[in-house]
Amino acid sequence: MERHGHASYIVGFILAVVLTAIPFYLVYAHALPPSRTMYVIAAAAVLQILVHLRFFLHINFTTTPRENLLALAFTAVLLVLMVGGSFWIMIDLHSRMAI
Amino acid sequence: MNANVTAVPAHDEPEGAGVHEQRALGFWLYLMSDAAIFALLFMTYGIMVGNTAGGPSGKALFNLNNAALETALLLVSSTTFGFASLASKGGSRSAVLSWLLVTFVLGAGFIFLEIREFLGMIRAGAGPDRSGFLSAFFTLVGTHGTHVSFGLVWILILGGQVLFKGLTVPVTSRLFRLGLFWHFLDIAWVGIFSVVYLPGLL
Repeated sequence: MERHGHASYIVGFILAVVLTAIPFYLVYAHALPPSRTMYVIAAAAVLQILVHLRFFLHINFTTTPRENLLALAFTAVLLVLMVGGSFWIMIDLHSRMAI
Repeated sequence: MNANVTAVPAHDEPEGAGVHEQRALGFWLYLMSDAAIFALLFMTYGIMVGNTAGGPSGKALFNLNNAALETALLLVSSTTFGFASLASKGGSRSAVLSWLLVTFVLGAGFIFLEIREFLGMIRAGAGPDRSGFLSAFFTLVGTHGTHVSFGLVWILILGGQVLFKGLTVPVTSRLFRLGLFWHFLDIAWVGIFSVVYLPGLL
């Protein structure tokens, strides 16, 4: 229980604030070229999702039941297949229709 | 499933956090299926975002301050829900109720901002019927907002149960699952501001 004390939520909150502030500031100030800002937004989002999973949902490799971890990993694979596959198909169609 | 069966005899005894986590597998599977729904809505949005049909794009419609405020409300509410969970482990009914109330107010503030944004867009002629982009936008962001609204109803009901039934084992177990749901919605929102609002305003 001590593992999930106030410190866990406060650390998670501070990390989430930092990972939110960076992309919002870049968009607000137009500090970087758009393509590079997009990379920062994507990286900050992935990191922030990991922070939420670790510090708010308390997912880890010791106390989280194995079935829950397996379901999470399976879902991650499904999402990559469905989202990546759909984009692949749609972009391919788009380029063929454009000719 | 075996873990559940062995946990049943200990049902009436005080228990630690581990038992709740084992019990939440069904709810966890529901959240994973919800994640699939959101992922497909994100994918649809990503494909439709350029199809404005001569109508306004995100740059003309989105407001960075509004998105930042919504993000702040939801993130703080996720943290205050964490404090409610901790208070339930400490057995303090009044602390649980106070943190649930704070979480509810923050979540309601989020919904208020979202409805105001939606109404403003619809009044400006940028409703979901205007273009493929706007259909996908309202579907994705509206689905998230609907989830948050149901979460608010759930907070009210569970607050009533904490008030009238006390922190019994079933009530704290429900509180744990509501926490999973609420934290999950904040993760979905991270996706929304990173896929919809920030790239739209770039």
